[in-house]
Order: sequence, then C-alpha cells, then structure tokens
Amino acid sequence: MQFMASKQPENSLLGPESDSQRTLYPYVTGTSVVALKYKDGILMAADMGGSYGSTLRYKSVERMKPIGKHSLLGASGEISDFQEILHYLDELILYDNMWDDGNSLGPKEVHNYLTRVMYNRRNKFNPLWNSLVLGGVKNGQKYLGTVSMIGVNFEDNHVATGFGNHLARPILRQEWHENLSFEDGVRLLEKCMRVLLYRDRSAINKLQIAKITEEGSTISQPYSLKTYWEFSAFANPAQGAVGS
Amino acid sequence: MTKQQANWSPYDNNGGSCVAIAGADYCVIAADTRMSTGYNILTREYSKICKLADKCVMASSGFQADVKALQKQLAARHLIYQHQHNKQMNCPAMAQLLSNTLYYKRFFPYYSFNVLGGLDNEGKGCVFTYDAVGSYEKVGYSSQGSGSTLIMPFLDNQLKSPSPLLLPVQDAVTPLVEAEAVNLVKTVFASASERDIYTGDKLEIVVVTADGIRREYMELRKD
Repeated sequence: MQFMASKQPENSLLGPESDSQRTLYPYVTGTSVVALKYKDGILMAADMGGSYGSTLRYKSVERMKPIGKHSLLGASGEISDFQEILHYLDELILYDNMWDDGNSLGPKEVHNYLTRVMYNRRNKFNPLWNSLVLGGVKNGQKYLGTVSMIGVNFEDNHVATGFGNHLARPILRQEWHENLSFEDGVRLLEKCMRVLLYRDRSAINKLQIAKITEEGSTISQPYSLKTYWEFSAFANPAQGAVGS
Repeated sequence: MTKQQANWSPYDNNGGSCVAIAGADYCVIAADTRMSTGYNILTREYSKICKLADKCVMASSGFQADVKALQKQLAARHLIYQHQHNKQMNCPAMAQLLSNTLYYKRFFPYYSFNVLGGLDNEGKGCVFTYDAVGSYEKVGYSSQGSGSTLIMPFLDNQLKSPSPLLLPVQDAVTPLVEAEAVNLVKTVFASASERDIYTGDKLEIVVVTADGIRREYMELRKD
C-alpha cells in the first residue's frame, strides 16, 4: 500500500526521514460537500474545484463517486487522498462481488469501513486528509453518514463538510423536513451551494448534484448557479469610501 | 532546519455529559445526545450510551472516534468471554476489563470519560467511574464529561454517599426509588444544559433492572 523509499520503520518516533513519509498538510483540496435525505433517497452536492493553496488549480474535479450498487461517496480535503480511498473501496467492492452470493455491501457497511480506515490512519499519525460523506439506499432504508480525518463519524438527516457545516447546516436545520420531493431537495441544496459560493472563497460556480435511490445513482452534468449581485450596495461600491 | 511540527491534532472533544446513579435494585445511566466540535453542533441525535452486557451499560463522553473504538474493543472482548465461559460478563468484571483496556493505551490514551452502570451478581445497582487512562472506583453515583463540574456538586448534595473508608462499611447505593432517581437525573441535565454549551438537545436515560433494560428520552434546550 505505501511504498517506502527508506528503510526506516513506518511509525518510528526517531529520525527525520520517517517523518517525511507522513502527511503534514494537504496540497490540492476540495471544499464543502452538502447532502440531505429526501423522499426517495439521498441528494448530494459538491463543486468541481481543486485548489492548490489559494490558486484555483483544477476546475473539473469530480468529488462525488458511486460506490458499489448502493452508495455514493463525496469528499472534501486532499484530492490525492480521496483517490487513494477510491482505490481501497474498489478493492473492497471487488472482493464483495467475488463472493458471488447475491449479497452486496450497503451504505452502512461502507461507512463503517471508511470510519475504520480513517481512524486507523489517524492512530498511525498519518491521516488521510479528507472529510467524507457517504450516502445510499438499500432495501428501502436510506442512510447518510460522515467521517472526518480523525475518525469522528455520525449519521443524520443532513450533513456537510468544511464550510458547509457553518453555512449550509443552519439552512438545512431550518428548512429540511421528512419526505422532501426531488425538486424541493434540489432547490434546498442549491440554496446552500449558492450561499457557499457567495461566502467560501475556495468555492467555484461549477457544481454537480448527485442522486441515489433504490434504483441506482446518477451524477448530474456540471452546471452553474445563478448569482444575484443587484443589491443596491454593490451598484456603486466605492461611494462614501475614504479617499474616493 | 527545525523539525516540522504536526499542524493537526489526533484528538478532538465532542462534548456532552454522562451520569449514572446506583439504587438498591436498579441502576440509572443517562447522557445527552449532542455531538459538537469547537463551537459547532455536528448532530443533535447521537447516543453516548452503549450496552456492553445484559446487565451492564456504559456512557462515555469525550472524543467520539476513541469512544467508538473503545466500545468496539469491549464488545469484541465480551463476545470472546461468552464463547469461553458460556455466560455474560457481570458488571464488576466488565469494570475491570474497561480499566485494563484504557490503561493498555496509557501512552496514547483513549480520550474517553466513562461511567459504567449496571447490576452486580446480587442484583444490586453498581456504578463505576473512570478517568481517561483507566483509574476507577466503585461509587454510588457519578458524572463525567463537559457538564460534570456542574452536575457532580449537585449530586453530592442530593445523594451524599458515605465514604468507602468508614467502618462499619456503609452502602454506597442511594435509598431513592427508581422514579425519584430518574427525576433527579432529568433535573440535573436540565440545569447543566442552561450553563454548559456542550450539553443539550435531548437526554437519553437507560434504566437497568432485574426485568431488563428500559429506555426513556427527554427534550433539552437546543441552544
């Protein structure tokens, strides 16, 4: 799994060479993921930006992927670690399929697996720098959960990562209710994503919305949100400013 | 060139409070259901209570990922015990196991503050209280977590357990009946929710008696 250039033991507390093998900080990052339960399943939204510090380096990063038949994974944080996680999950799903017993891993199981992986990496002081959102439907049961980079996990009717926790969750707490229709769910997610677009500097106006139901998952084509700048204060922003 | 310091912490405090009170033939274990990080609320409906054995229930607050891992460890060890001894672990035995499990990670601790409650072999209520590295004692009542500084003095005032150092040995369990103890727990959490920002949303109460385990909920302040 990890290719070691040096012969130093992986978790040695001595010697600088072994430390260079551990994650210190993220490089290419994705911003918030927001998700909610609706009547038929789960709706999830994420923009397509991959930032390299303050530079908007990549603008077509798919931060949501289907996992097996019943789950959808969205990730924020380090993109390369997300790709590593997808690789682990590929293997997990493969072995599950190889049993060929008609059974398949549901979202609860995948979420549990991811929690264990994240927690174990945190224990070795070499975390996968992601906040993950795992949603899905199996046998009519909807499931939506989240895991952080240190292994903190929970499930709820709506979840968000990063800035989404600050800006989207309050909106969802106010306006989410059981049995949202698809249109209402999308409208609610777009409301959250619009606020994030206005206020999160690492957000970009190119997003995807993913849906997963008992029938399967779909991830929309990328699209943009309408933004409103016709507030009177923006019309002549320098009016009354010192020195203008 | 100085060595790079980690700019992330392997620990987080997800807050919350836990309480347990032992009675003559029952044990009440309670915890709030709020999970927080920093000044944010992550979820309002997260259970901090875990049933370890038929007559043994644990409530833990602190770092949720460590709490989950600890609960899994104990559940696995309990299963092995059942396979080897063909019976459930009793409360005092589970208490020792919890202590040993915590101390095992003495040099990278489980950031988990636990209260263990249940019935001992004679059917009498028992409560064990722990710190993060496994130091424990059998008491008549205890509280842990972010609200414990607010809750514990009030419990001391209402329940005042005699010192275990006294001779003749006096009973630590409270003379209160089950309904009175449950009421006391509700009062205590309502008070803690007023002043502790990490305690609130909902209170989960579990009562262990000879007849089994009963669960009850009460709404708390959501601010």
